[in-house]
Amino acid sequence: MSTKVVERKPLSAWERSYIPSILGGLGVTWKHFKRTAPFLGNKPITMEYPEQKWVVPEGYRGAPYLVKDQEGATKCVSCQLCEFVCPPKAIRITPPGPEAQQADRANAEKMPREFEINMLRCIFCGLCQEVCPEEAIFLQKDYSLTGTSRQEMVFNKEKLLKLGGTHAGIQKWKHKLEEAEAQESFPVDTH
Amino acid sequence: MDFLQNLDPSVQFVLFSIVKIAVVFGVTMSFVAYSVLVERKVSAWIQDRVGPNRTAPPAAQFIPILGPFLTRLGIFQPAADGLKFLLKEDFTPSYVRLAYFWLAPAIAVIPAFMTLAVIPFGSTLGNPGNKMVIADLDVGILYTFGIVSLGVYGIVLAGYAANSKYPFLGGIRSTAQMISYEIAMGMSVVSVFLLVGDLNLSKVIEYQAHGGWLVFKQPLAFVIFLVAAFAETNRLPFDLPESESELVGGYHTEYSSMKFALFFLGEYANMIASSAMMVTLFFGGWTLPFIGEPASGLLGGLLHIGIFVAKMVVFMVMFIWVRWMFPRFRYDQLMDLGWRRFIPLALANILVTALVVAFVNR
Repeated sequence: MSTKVVERKPLSAWERSYIPSILGGLGVTWKHFKRTAPFLGNKPITMEYPEQKWVVPEGYRGAPYLVKDQEGATKCVSCQLCEFVCPPKAIRITPPGPEAQQADRANAEKMPREFEINMLRCIFCGLCQEVCPEEAIFLQKDYSLTGTSRQEMVFNKEKLLKLGGTHAGIQKWKHKLEEAEAQESFPVDTH
Repeated sequence: MDFLQNLDPSVQFVLFSIVKIAVVFGVTMSFVAYSVLVERKVSAWIQDRVGPNRTAPPAAQFIPILGPFLTRLGIFQPAADGLKFLLKEDFTPSYVRLAYFWLAPAIAVIPAFMTLAVIPFGSTLGNPGNKMVIADLDVGILYTFGIVSLGVYGIVLAGYAANSKYPFLGGIRSTAQMISYEIAMGMSVVSVFLLVGDLNLSKVIEYQAHGGWLVFKQPLAFVIFLVAAFAETNRLPFDLPESESELVGGYHTEYSSMKFALFFLGEYANMIASSAMMVTLFFGGWTLPFIGEPASGLLGGLLHIGIFVAKMVVFMVMFIWVRWMFPRFRYDQLMDLGWRRFIPLALANILVTALVVAFVNR
């Protein structure tokens, strides 16, 4: 490999007098001052956070919440895949067992009796969303979670469902049902 | 006011002096507090930020329009800053040299205030016998240089007393820097006094009232004085004793609470003193090209003080502004600038001025 010798020109007497750099410095600082100072430009680039908030981009990985389907029923079927995949073990699911209500929608055998996410442990990795076969848990746009105690930061099923809202975009079982009905009337070659 | 006139002249003198000292001290202290705010705000604006805009006493929000406006300007910030310094833990590391550790902040702050004594901040308030200067010394400028050199000891002692490497390095740098720039500073003023023919600062202003501002007659002396003033007050681009990016906090690394605040105070008081000095020596003090005679009434006297303060504020803003214009000088560049450029230039300036005074201005 050949080396390239960078030519370093000696500074001229004018440059060594510091005057060009003084003028340059003055120009740059004045330009910024004029743009930012009130009564002049009044356009600081600072975002004053609690009053002004940034637009959360699409696909942002915020806090994971449970979602309801288009009829307002719990989507989660208590399969516990997210609990097993969760790297920091932030999710804790209590299955319904024999005595509790099994599910609040058709097409589902079960729903969790209790679903807890410890938001202090959660690392917002999104593995729970990825692994969920029912599309019942999504990382949403919440990034500012605060509480006054550790207990308060453990979100239960009721709270998670309320925060998550209805997710009508993906309607897995509705389409499954349509597909099943279509199958029945489809002309099948019986040879 | 009659009973004041009937008093013994010496009692009058003492009384007026005490009042002047109190007022100058109070004004300087509030100036220090608010120049910190101005520094924070101007720095913020130069860097496209907002600056302190939240601090306010609870009552401020009830004042319509003005309250939020002042809060946004950060008017209440200095009070919070001062309170913070008072209430913080005063931590003394176990390895310091205690006596010097306690002495250094005091030595840093006292000379800064003492230099203000000889600066004529106005003409009179109507009474011609009562000049608006705390001490109308005939050796004015010599006194100033004598006191200013003491200010070095505060920083050097702080560096030595802290017994740790960063303050020590800061102290070493400051010793070299302040001593070498004091020479250039002193020499630049010599040519001014060759022209004026008197060391008394009131006489310097009198000369400028009739003969025009000295900055036009001695521009080189002004430039040298200005740069040396930056070096003497440890301001960027010459803040090598502090240089927080390489020496943590320089000479005041080990200090906390009020002791640290005293160094802070000393630095800003020094800035105020050198601004006042530059205004007095080169920019006509309280005079303007069309206002030169000492005031005959209270109003005129206050106007003169106002002119002086306004000129000083311009220099203070310049001190703050320059901070963001340059990167810090390297140690050898600083020494090179001081010894190999400014001292020969100042000497040449003295020589030329002396020749002009001797042969032309007879």
